[in-house]
Amino acid sequence: MAEGVKPRVKVPKTASAGETVTIKTLISHPMESGQRKDKEGNVIPRSIINRFVVDFNGENVIDVVLAPAISTNPYFEFDAKVPESGEFTFTWHDDDGDVYTENKAIEVS
Amino acid sequence: MRKSTLFCAAAAAAISSGWAMADPDDDELVINGEIEIVTEAPAPEHVENLDTIYSGWRFRTDETQALEMDDFDNPAMVLVDKAVDAYGMPDGTEAKSCASCHDDVETFTGLAATLPKVGEDGKLHTIEDLINTCRTERMGAEPWKWSGEPMQTMAALIVSQSRGLPVNVSFDGPARSFWEQGKEMYYTRYGQLELSCANCHEDSFGLMIRADHLSQGQTNDFPVYRLKQAKLISKHNRFKGCIRDTRAETFAEGSDEFRALELYVATRGNGLSIEGPGVRQ
Repeated sequence: MAEGVKPRVKVPKTASAGETVTIKTLISHPMESGQRKDKEGNVIPRSIINRFVVDFNGENVIDVVLAPAISTNPYFEFDAKVPESGEFTFTWHDDDGDVYTENKAIEVS
Repeated sequence: MRKSTLFCAAAAAAISSGWAMADPDDDELVINGEIEIVTEAPAPEHVENLDTIYSGWRFRTDETQALEMDDFDNPAMVLVDKAVDAYGMPDGTEAKSCASCHDDVETFTGLAATLPKVGEDGKLHTIEDLINTCRTERMGAEPWKWSGEPMQTMAALIVSQSRGLPVNVSFDGPARSFWEQGKEMYYTRYGQLELSCANCHEDSFGLMIRADHLSQGQTNDFPVYRLKQAKLISKHNRFKGCIRDTRAETFAEGSDEFRALELYVATRGNGLSIEGPGVRQ
């Protein structure tokens, strides 16, 4: 597992029906590109988050493929119109097979 | 000279919109929608040549300002999270962590607003000194490098406990001689370019220096996340950068000269709020 990985998500706790809410996510991750070399000239192996998925009540919302040129601590922000109360599931897939998950509930009135 | 002044006046009238950058803007800083930050205050009496002091935040673009208004967007907060982990992590021969003696980090509320200050040993102590004294004397650990990531992230964690509190650095009594030394440095022209701190940050704040909008050089936002360096920057690192830019040999980070200058510059911000870790260009 890459070191110091910590997912963070910001979802408003409540929203009114039909309202557009802003959702912010950030995962601290080195995002080593695989292009760099260490002092001895050896290639530092690639280690990135390669996929980011958000589901709402089991239904897919977004699914993003990440490439090696993306910087450290990838940040995603998107707007969502939330139809009903429920739970967002955020999933990050690491090159080394690790999967980091974070859940956030939202109440729609 | 007279002629060019006249020309300037005419030009200023013609391109008045272009002069909007010449001063701090009127934005108000509230962090996370709850911590109100004073970014403008009457200059303290000992700052003879200014009427009003402004936080550097007021000189930045709206995009950069926005990063500091929400902890989720503030890139420094990812690093502060690391310091939270380090705070509870035992280190050194005594196997103690910060938390072993200091309990919750909230006990540091208010400390940053009074630093640097003179300790019982008669020396001037900055936040870096306090952290390293703890590490070497109480934890039996290696001291941290002044501007290294562990030091500045820990400093940011401690400073962030005082956000919103007014800077109130004392320069009476034992601190007076350090303060005088710092003031002397502030008004001394350094380097081939013969520039003092005051030439830019007192005489010319609000103007552009190359592509940069000059602030008053206040330090209430330190340690600061500088976007161009993508890390937390110490006050001494910035002092060094400024003096280097005058093409002078600089003082070292952690030198007594920079401690004295840090004290003097901090007292120039008495009345502003602590807002560290800030975000700058």
